[in-house]
Amino acid sequence: MPNDHDHHHDNELDPMAARVRALETILTEKGLIDPLAIDAIVETYETKVGPRNGARVVAKAWSDPEYADWLQRDATAAIASLSITGRQGEHMQAVFNTADTHNLVVCTLCSCYPWSVLGLPPVWYKSPPYRSRAVIDPRGVLAEFGVVLPETTKIRVWDSTAELRYLVIPLRPEGTDGLDEAQLAEFVTRDSMIGTGLASAPEAA
Amino acid sequence: MSLRELITHSRGIKANGDTPVFAEPWQAEAFAMVIALHQKGLFTWNEWANALSGQLKRPGALDDASDYYQCWLLALESLITLKNIAGKEDIDQLTAAWQRAAHATPHGQPIKLENDPDRH
Repeated sequence: MPNDHDHHHDNELDPMAARVRALETILTEKGLIDPLAIDAIVETYETKVGPRNGARVVAKAWSDPEYADWLQRDATAAIASLSITGRQGEHMQAVFNTADTHNLVVCTLCSCYPWSVLGLPPVWYKSPPYRSRAVIDPRGVLAEFGVVLPETTKIRVWDSTAELRYLVIPLRPEGTDGLDEAQLAEFVTRDSMIGTGLASAPEAA
Repeated sequence: MSLRELITHSRGIKANGDTPVFAEPWQAEAFAMVIALHQKGLFTWNEWANALSGQLKRPGALDDASDYYQCWLLALESLITLKNIAGKEDIDQLTAAWQRAAHATPHGQPIKLENDPDRH
């Protein structure tokens, strides 16, 4: 019992934190991990990897038809060409929204997610309701996100795996002609690259 | 929590998805250990996904995914025992040692395993 003691000034480790320390001790002693490398990984995921990477990919695909074509054929290489690489060696597939097809990404198995381009998944992506409902009732799930598509728009659901992760390329918003890639990237939201949102629209002047 | 509440909560933290990814430091450490061990070739990512899925599918998994890193840690532990790196008993004992060490460490000082009074 953590609070069972007389002197309340002592440190306490909750059971999960203590267990993590135990595993760290074992793995370090066996030479399987290096505590400094662990810190570096945490730092990378907390600060360097995030949806801005994916937004760069999308903005480039919107601006450069040749890049878009490459992304469609070989997303792993096209993404790596922007100095974004996956740590798990997973393959990437880009799925392009069109006027009549909307793409939605889920991982029904666990929480496979394109970390290299989107960072770590939001809590709802990992939750059982999203993982089970996205496949059965994608239109209902999109409505929860406030996304209502015309009845005629097909919704295609992509179930991620450990080896293959998907990046949705949303439709380029209207009224963005003449903007450069950095400006375009501002309209690319994380949710629009999962398919639970659309690219944001420029504010009317 | 319903899906809608989870979405609202996630939007409430910060727009555009740049939310803090770990709620507590141990979650970040557990996450990073899996990445490091995978890089070391201890398991394939497929093995990892299956181990994690096994934990997430346990009866009683929470709808709001607040136990996600708990599942993550249990999945890591299951692979560590499966690969004979350490037994569950070793892990249990060392966990208890860390807790004793924490308790014996004056507030404000770093917790070290050496501070465990039962250490031998």
